[in-house]
Amino acid sequence: MDRLTHPSQVHEWNTRILAGRPPHGKTVVISSGTCGQASGSLGIIEAFADEIAKRGLKDVISVKVTGCHGFCELEPNIIIYPDGIFYKKLEPRQVPSIIDLTLLEDRIIPALVPVDVVNGIKYPFQKDIPFYRKQLRWLTESNFRIDPTSIEDYVAQDGYRAVARVLGGMTAEDVIAEVKASGLRGRGGAGFPTGAKWALCRASVSERKHIICNADEGDPGAYMDRSLLEGNPHSVIEGMIIGAYAIGGTSQGFIYVRKEYPLAVKHLGIALDAAREAGLLGGDILGTGFDFDIRIVQGAGAFVSGEETSLMASIEGRRAFPRQRPPYPTEHGLWGRPTNINNVETWANIPLIIYRGRDWFARTGTEKSKGTKIFSLVGKINNTGLVEVPMGISLREIVFDIGGGIKDGKRFKAVQTGGPSGGCIPAEMMDLPIDYDTLARAGSIVGSGGMIVMDEDTCMVDVARFFLRFTQEESCGKCVPCRVGTRQMEEILTRITEGKGEQGDIERLEKLAKTVKQGSLCGLGQTAPNPVLTTLRYFRSEYEAHIHAKNCPAHVCKALIAYVIEPDKCVGCLLCRKNCPVGAIRGELKKTHIVDQALCIKCGVCFEVCPRKIRAVVRVSARETEKR
Amino acid sequence: MEKILSRFAPAQKELISILHAVQAEYGYIPKEAIAGISRFLRISEGEIFGVLTFYKGFSIEPHGKFLITVCLGTACHVRGGANIAAELERRLMIKAGATTPDRKFTLATVNCLGCCAIGPVVVVNGTYHARVTLKKVEGILAECRDPE
Repeated sequence: MDRLTHPSQVHEWNTRILAGRPPHGKTVVISSGTCGQASGSLGIIEAFADEIAKRGLKDVISVKVTGCHGFCELEPNIIIYPDGIFYKKLEPRQVPSIIDLTLLEDRIIPALVPVDVVNGIKYPFQKDIPFYRKQLRWLTESNFRIDPTSIEDYVAQDGYRAVARVLGGMTAEDVIAEVKASGLRGRGGAGFPTGAKWALCRASVSERKHIICNADEGDPGAYMDRSLLEGNPHSVIEGMIIGAYAIGGTSQGFIYVRKEYPLAVKHLGIALDAAREAGLLGGDILGTGFDFDIRIVQGAGAFVSGEETSLMASIEGRRAFPRQRPPYPTEHGLWGRPTNINNVETWANIPLIIYRGRDWFARTGTEKSKGTKIFSLVGKINNTGLVEVPMGISLREIVFDIGGGIKDGKRFKAVQTGGPSGGCIPAEMMDLPIDYDTLARAGSIVGSGGMIVMDEDTCMVDVARFFLRFTQEESCGKCVPCRVGTRQMEEILTRITEGKGEQGDIERLEKLAKTVKQGSLCGLGQTAPNPVLTTLRYFRSEYEAHIHAKNCPAHVCKALIAYVIEPDKCVGCLLCRKNCPVGAIRGELKKTHIVDQALCIKCGVCFEVCPRKIRAVVRVSARETEKR
Repeated sequence: MEKILSRFAPAQKELISILHAVQAEYGYIPKEAIAGISRFLRISEGEIFGVLTFYKGFSIEPHGKFLITVCLGTACHVRGGANIAAELERRLMIKAGATTPDRKFTLATVNCLGCCAIGPVVVVNGTYHARVTLKKVEGILAECRDPE
């Protein structure tokens, strides 16, 4: 295509693309983000391509490969438009019958339709599925419609119209005022008002400035940024172009992506090339004389590089060490120049605010948290996936209405939000409206949006130990409170989970937590104790049980549990005996089996293979076996 | 090596990108490459070594024929990821981070691959295995043993 040389040409391009698309015909949309590919979407794509070619149906059926549709539990899935029929967990062998029945004869195949876990009803249409119904998919809806490798698809969805509007007559001050009035706050975790940050950076006097997109999504359990970059990279690029214009003096932007996201890097690269070719990046953007370009920088596997000052050190080609703030990056950032850094989801919100207006944006949400937020709903929940919800929705609605409740009918215990910097919110606080401020009051944070659901089989001390192991391992070692403090906390927690906890350990943990929080240099250390503090606040009795009774109530901590076979349930099927890696199970066919506790390594294989109907292998407190 | 370096400007900001390129080519960062980068960027070998060992994504040793990565992110953890790692350690008779003496397997762990919904996740040479159970571990290893 030709380079666009005037803002008005974006609209013309959009009209041209829409006019060129066939009004009828069916489109099969295949969800193929990293999760989809891991579940086999590539085989589905191939099967459709082969079958359509073989039967010469190219003009009747089109196939679109998109980023992830969010309902990861049901991958690989497809949606058939125009009707919006949703088919789940497909296998390539099912493709011919989908073409025969659904695409050519308009008949729905009941076996492929998702069944709701709560009410048992089959929902053939995507829009009716309870998982989607309560969501507000401002950012993620495009993942149904856009082939991320096609800039035309993005433009067809009104993409780059916000850039056209900004460059077509808005001043930088107008843009900043618009973002400020929208109430958008940083989606990376801390919730700093985006417009205010831009204004600070604009006010910093310097010949050169930079903007950065932080895509170093390191929080374990959060992957919305990956989904946005894989599924709709142009929305982030468009947001950055607008930001660069508003801040001024910025000819170079960076997107810092973690290396664990190869597909995101690939799609971003394709999108950047296409935007350059269309005259939306590079010199003289849309013929307005405005220059701006973006470079991808890949991380190299260091969690701390998600911290803004560390991230900049990493772009400069150094170790990702954080530094003291202030001065903040808006004054003194990359190579000492004023730098504005926002997270992926924040950037992706910008085109929406400009195109649909600040009032439209600010109508959704709570008083101090506006718009939507994407959460990744994972752990012991039925409907795992990415959910985009209005700010202010309650935890109960997310976990039960959207998430379909807890797996295997277990009891809901807590939700961990905000990753290693966040905390555990107990089941009693289910009706809390989710926004930056209420979560902070509960001792946690919105953070990047990970929501890990925990049930009665999750040990909260083990979870705290898990996070401390994580932060201890990822601590860069520059400052003492974080380097040594997290280590000490991890050691105490490990001791407790091994049944070696002592009187006074809880107090020691609390004291250390305070020191690490107050004394650490950067956000990593300052927030590292949160998982311990919130679990102590809400689940103190579990700590006490580990320390005093040497008992793990959830039967997780290996040193405190034992696997035993209940004689009245065991049917003697030999399954556990065959699978036991150390030969610790004795018993003959149709006779009750016994676990030899002296040989058992507590790997849990027997528990896993024992048929669900029988459930003869159970986990008990190790003390109980001593009694037996 | 010359060919790799010719794609970059001789500036420190390129260091991490260069290291990525070298690792993509050789599978690890050979000693000679560090010397080459040092001459090219005019920074000391010590500093380059410091940077590359800071980041977990770089290795100074070649890994085995099959690189098995177990995700230990939170979602995988609550679904038993640590048990999967322990089982692999037991079967391969190496600790996470090590390579088997026959250089066939390297076992690595990662703190989140961002596909939490399908955890526990194990990646073998770039192929993702979803919802791994202790029982599936044997099959995953068996696949590696098949002739290519």
